[in-house]
Amino acid sequence: MVERRPWLDFLSHAILVIGVLVVAFPVYITFVASTHTTQEVVQSPMPLLPGSHFVENYATALSGDRQGSGSHASVGRMMVVSLVTALVISIGKIAISLLSAFAIVYFRFPFRMAFFWAIFITLMLPVEVRIGPTYQVVADLGLLNSYAGLTIPLIASATATFLFRQFFLTVPDELVEAARVDGAGPMRFFKDILVPLSSTSMAALFVIQFIYGWNQYLWPLLVTTEENMYPVVIGIKQMISGGDAQTEWNIVMATAMLAMLPPALVVMLMQKWFVKGLVDTEK
Amino acid sequence: MASIELKNVIKRYGAGKGSNQVIHGVNAQIADGEFVVIVGPSGCGKSTLLRMVAGLEEISSGEICIGGRVVNRLEPSERDIAMVFQNYALYPHMTVFENMAYGLKIAKVPTAEIKARVDKAAKILELGAFLERTPRALSGGQRQRVAMGRAIVRQPQVFLFDEPLSNLDAKLRAQTRLEIQKLHRELGITSLFVTHDQVEAMTLAQRMIVMNGGVMEQFGTPEEVYTRPASTFVASFIGSPPMNLLKNAPDAAPGTITGVRPEHLDITPTGWALQVEAVEMLGAERLVYGRWAHSPTDELVIVRTEESHAVPALGSTLHVTPRAHRIHHFDAATGKRMEAP
Repeated sequence: MVERRPWLDFLSHAILVIGVLVVAFPVYITFVASTHTTQEVVQSPMPLLPGSHFVENYATALSGDRQGSGSHASVGRMMVVSLVTALVISIGKIAISLLSAFAIVYFRFPFRMAFFWAIFITLMLPVEVRIGPTYQVVADLGLLNSYAGLTIPLIASATATFLFRQFFLTVPDELVEAARVDGAGPMRFFKDILVPLSSTSMAALFVIQFIYGWNQYLWPLLVTTEENMYPVVIGIKQMISGGDAQTEWNIVMATAMLAMLPPALVVMLMQKWFVKGLVDTEK
Repeated sequence: MASIELKNVIKRYGAGKGSNQVIHGVNAQIADGEFVVIVGPSGCGKSTLLRMVAGLEEISSGEICIGGRVVNRLEPSERDIAMVFQNYALYPHMTVFENMAYGLKIAKVPTAEIKARVDKAAKILELGAFLERTPRALSGGQRQRVAMGRAIVRQPQVFLFDEPLSNLDAKLRAQTRLEIQKLHRELGITSLFVTHDQVEAMTLAQRMIVMNGGVMEQFGTPEEVYTRPASTFVASFIGSPPMNLLKNAPDAAPGTITGVRPEHLDITPTGWALQVEAVEMLGAERLVYGRWAHSPTDELVIVRTEESHAVPALGSTLHVTPRAHRIHHFDAATGKRMEAP
């Protein structure tokens, strides 16, 4: 605290501890459940300490080799699908947004502002609003159950375009002029100067978009009907079967833990860049 | 090396009735190897003029030639010029070496030659120790030198400087001024230097262009500009404190303005009578502000006297005489200089 008062110190710590508990406890329960047998998990009360079936459960989940009802797709395969989807979405978004922001900021062409506003207005339409027509288009193009179908409708992004536009507007004009005097053409300027300068923004955006892509639920639910194209988030849902059959909650929880890992890793590994991209103003 | 020729250069923004003309037909011939300073108050169009020479602003009308070649339609990189920007405009993510080498790399100069040229420029500018650093890790003065190095390695026909010293502190500015002079002596490249600072202009220029409101008021050597200002604007802009421009001098012809610099008024037993209103001590000299004793106007006359001279009492009457041949006459209506009949 700014003020040094013991009871304020205590209060702030208490609030933090409660916050951590609220956020972390469900994750802990998931982990605990993923280390027990199915029978142990459904007992009441559920054990609160990790069990001894860690390796077994995760191996089962990864291979998809199990008895229970619901989908039997292997989590290993799902992780690959999720990873490819998330990477294509985040990298595709960054590439397209960079180029469109570059066009809008640095070129004078007819209807420039109209294009900008057209892009900007799509910000106000979430995927869910246009999901019907988008599905129709993707289905007619025969893109169901394909990476293209999973990613392309999610790539075009007003948010990222807008973010890069704002960033480009802060790049000093003198830099553009210096590059012109140095003989750099537009694409050369883009490649040699704008892209390196945007690297921290790109990193921040990559983290956000990777998690966005990884956590997609509604869209993959619609366009994937075959087990081998399930992203892991859908996989979890398909493992939970209704009806009489018993859901193997330990395997579901192990899958959930596995699904959490890559986004967490991306955030942890790119944290430094991520924060820099959000707060860095030095050009 | 090359000469620069400006032929009736005009710049206007917008077209038709709503257009806004900011440069009103500038004509100037700059000789090969000359160092010319463009000086004027802010908004007078001096930077616009320089940027038109650089090719960063379109020329609305007229012609600019560099080395006898009309460059109106050429890209900046094709004009064989190099420019030093006010904020240096260094590429922040490149090292000093890469910053200087970038233009050459684009021009596909062989790597060995790039290295040789950058090393040579770094040696001239004493940047050898910083070649691997990024601009962020340099001080303002060092960044400024990198910006000059980037201009030097291109071996251009013309150097263009857009207020390159305005971001430096006073001490560094004086030092860099000397360095620029030295550089110009060594390389002998035609240079155009824009500044709003008359001291910079006077010390650096071989010839200077004084601009006001998009019009070239005078083009001449610093001596000419100081001793024979072409207009009341030039007279008041160059010199500190500015020249006294007097409508009510005792022996003035009607419709004229009499100009006398404060340093050319001597305190004498008789002569123009002034009532002393304020005295300022500047160190080596003293400024005396007086009003006419003979007519009740609020025209102020500034007199610059040596510090050793006795301090005139406030309210007392002081007699001053302008030095011979140091009086200037201007037309009150046009502000233009009138030669003595």
